[in-house]
Amino acid sequence: MHRPFRTALAALATSAAALSAAGSASAQEVTIEYWQYFFEARVNAMEELIAGFEAANPNINVEMTHFPYADYRTRTAVAVPSGEGPDVVQLFYGWLNDYIDEGLIQPLPTDTFSPEMVEAEFFPMVGAMERDGAYYALPTAVRSLALFYNERILEGAGVEVPTTLDELVAAAEATTERDGAGNITQVGLTTGMTAQDHHWFREVLIRQMGGEPYLDDYRTVNYDTEEGRAALDFYLGLEEQGVTQSGFMDEPQAAFRGGRAAFHIDGSFRIGALNGERGLQWGVTELPATNDGTQSNYSSYWVNAITSSAEGPEYDAAVLFMEYITSPEAMQIWLDTVGELPARVEVGMTEENANDEVFGPFIRGLEYANTTFFADESAQRQVLVDMIERVQLQDMDPGESLSIAAEAEQTILDDYFGE
Amino acid sequence: MASISSPDTARQNTARRGLYARLSIGQKRTLWAWTFLAVPILFYVVIRFYPTGNAMVLSLQEWNLLGDRSWVGLENYRTLFSDPVFWQVFRNTFVYLLLGTPISLVISFIIAYHLDKVRFMHGTIRALYFVPFMTSAVAMAWVWRWFYQDVPIGLFNNWLATFGISQIDFLDSTTNALPSILAPAIWAGLGFQIIIFMAGLRAIPRTFYEAAEIDGVSTWTVLWEITLPLLRPTIVFIVVLSSIGFLRIFDHVFNMTTANPGGPLNSTKPLVLMIYQTAFSSFDMGYAAAQTVVLFTILLIVSLIQLRLLRDR
Repeated sequence: MHRPFRTALAALATSAAALSAAGSASAQEVTIEYWQYFFEARVNAMEELIAGFEAANPNINVEMTHFPYADYRTRTAVAVPSGEGPDVVQLFYGWLNDYIDEGLIQPLPTDTFSPEMVEAEFFPMVGAMERDGAYYALPTAVRSLALFYNERILEGAGVEVPTTLDELVAAAEATTERDGAGNITQVGLTTGMTAQDHHWFREVLIRQMGGEPYLDDYRTVNYDTEEGRAALDFYLGLEEQGVTQSGFMDEPQAAFRGGRAAFHIDGSFRIGALNGERGLQWGVTELPATNDGTQSNYSSYWVNAITSSAEGPEYDAAVLFMEYITSPEAMQIWLDTVGELPARVEVGMTEENANDEVFGPFIRGLEYANTTFFADESAQRQVLVDMIERVQLQDMDPGESLSIAAEAEQTILDDYFGE
Repeated sequence: MASISSPDTARQNTARRGLYARLSIGQKRTLWAWTFLAVPILFYVVIRFYPTGNAMVLSLQEWNLLGDRSWVGLENYRTLFSDPVFWQVFRNTFVYLLLGTPISLVISFIIAYHLDKVRFMHGTIRALYFVPFMTSAVAMAWVWRWFYQDVPIGLFNNWLATFGISQIDFLDSTTNALPSILAPAIWAGLGFQIIIFMAGLRAIPRTFYEAAEIDGVSTWTVLWEITLPLLRPTIVFIVVLSSIGFLRIFDHVFNMTTANPGGPLNSTKPLVLMIYQTAFSSFDMGYAAAQTVVLFTILLIVSLIQLRLLRDR
C-alpha cells in the first residue's frame, strides 16, 4: 500500500522538477510593460520600435499601454508608487526630480549609459537628467522652437524671411492688416504667453538681451534685472507697435493655421498639425537673433526611465529596451515617423537632417538651446501670463509687474526646493 | 426525569435555531429594514463618506501623489487664508452666486409666467427653452467662447464692427470676463427652472384665481397676493438648487478660459477651478483638500440656511 504511493509521489516530484527546469529554460522569456501618452504618430513609432526590438531579442515581449494626454500624469503618478505601473515609463523631463526623490525610478547602469558617453553623444540639455554621477532617464527625441512663416503672406507683402529681431518687427509691421475701423484682421506676429511665448521670453529674449534668467541651477529667479526689463519692453513693444494682438483668434496656432498670421513661434511638435492644413503654405526658420548675432533657444523633451518595479530579468530586459530606444536607429525612426528631433548629436547633425527644410532650423537650434527646470510648469507659466496682463489690462508699470512676477516665481521655486 | 429535562431540550432547540427565532416580530421587522437599508448605507459610506473623511484628513497633510503623506497640521489652512488669490476666488464664487441665482430666478419666472398663458405652439416654445439645459456644457462653452472673440472671427464683435461700434473685450478683460461667462451659464440652467416654475404654477388651484376675478382685483395683486406666496416652495427649491449650482460652477469657466484657466488675472476663477488646478496641475493634494473642506463648509452653511427657510413654511 505504501510503496506504490511513494513511487507515485517520486514520479510526481520528478516530473515537477522537469517542469520547473523547462520553466527556467524559458525564464528568459520575459515581458516588460511600457507606458506613454496617446499621440497617434508616437504610438505608431513606438510600435515600429518594439517590433524591431522584439525581432532582435526574441525572448523579450514588450507590451505598450497608452493613456490620453490629459490623464497621463495622474495615471502614472498613481500607478508607479503602487507598484502596479510599467517597467519602462515615459515621463516629462520636468517631473523627473519628484520621481527620483521618491525612489520610483532606478538609475541607468553606468556601464551601458556612462555619463561620459551621454555627455559626448547627446545634445547638451540632456545633462539635466544626471544626478550623483548616474543618468536616471534619457530621451528618444527632443523639441525646440523656431519661427514659422506663411509664405503667401510674405510674398504678397514682398518681405524677406527675417533673421534678426529688428527684421522680424519690420516684417511683421509690413504684414499686419486692419479693417476700416482699425481692428486687426491679420497679425504680423502671433503672441500669447499662454502658448510658447513664455519659453521664448525666459530662455531666448532674456538671454539675447544679455541676461541669465535663473541662477543656481534654476533655483533663483534672475530676471528682475535691466536685461529682463529690456526683454519685457521688447515683448510689450510688439503690441504697442501694433504688429500683434495677444489672444488674436483665441490661440496663436489657430491664427497661423487659419492663414491670418504671417509669423508664429512654436515648437517642432506643431509640424505634424501644419502639414495637415490644406491651403497653408508655410516655411520655418531659426528664431531671430539679435543684431550682434546672439542666438538662443528653448528645448524640452520626454524621457524614458526604468521604474523601481522592474527587478531581476525584467530589469535586464528593461535596460536592453532602453538601450534600443535611445539608439541612433531608433531616433531616425522617431524623426521620420513623429517628426520629433533626435536627441543624439550624430543623428541630428547629419548633413541631411541638419539641412532639412523643415527639421533643420529646429535641429540647429538645439545646439544653443537651454532647458528650463520647472518646479511647476503651469504655475510658472501663469506668473508670466499675469505679468503681461497686469500691464496690458491694468496699466501697471512694466518694471513693477516684472518685480512682482520674479518674486512670485521665486516663491514657487522656494516652496518646491523646501526653503 | 423527562419533565425536568424538557425545558433543557427546548433551550437547546432555541439555541440551535439561533438568535433570530428569539426575536419578536417587531424586532425582526427592524432587522429586515436595516438589512435592506445597509445596501445604500454601505454604498454611501464607501463612495461618499469615506472619501469625504479622507479629504478632511488629507487637508492636514502634504502629499504630491508620488511619495508618502506627511502631517503638516493646519499649515494648509494657514497658507490658504493668507493667499490673496484665495480671497479673490472666494469673492468670484460669491459673485457667481449672488448675480447668477437672482437673475436666473427672475428671468425664468417671467418666462414661465407668460409661457403658462401662451397656448400657441406652447410645446415648441417650451422645448426651445429646454434645449440649452440638455446641451453639453463643454460644447456650449466653446461656442460662446467663439462668439466672444475679437474681429475677425468673433460673432458679437463682428456685428459691432459692422455697425461701426468699437469692439468690446469680452473675455480679455478683468471686469467683463466674469459676466460674459456667467451669461451662458444662466442661459443653460433656465430651461430646467422654467419647467419647475410651470409645474408650480399649474399646481395652484384655479379657484383662488376665480375668487380674485369675482372680487375684481388687479393682475398685479393676483401675482403678488396669490401666485408668489403659493409658489414659495417652488422658489425655495429652485434657489437651493441653483445656489449650489453656481457655487460649484466649473465647466463654463474652465472651457471658456482653458489657455489661462480662471483668467485674466484670476478674475473669473471659482473655488472649484482653484481646487482642480491645485490638485491636478500643481499636484499639491493636501492644499487642494483644504480648499475642498472650505468649499464643503460653504455649501453646508448655504444649504442649512436655505433648508431653514424651507422649514419656516
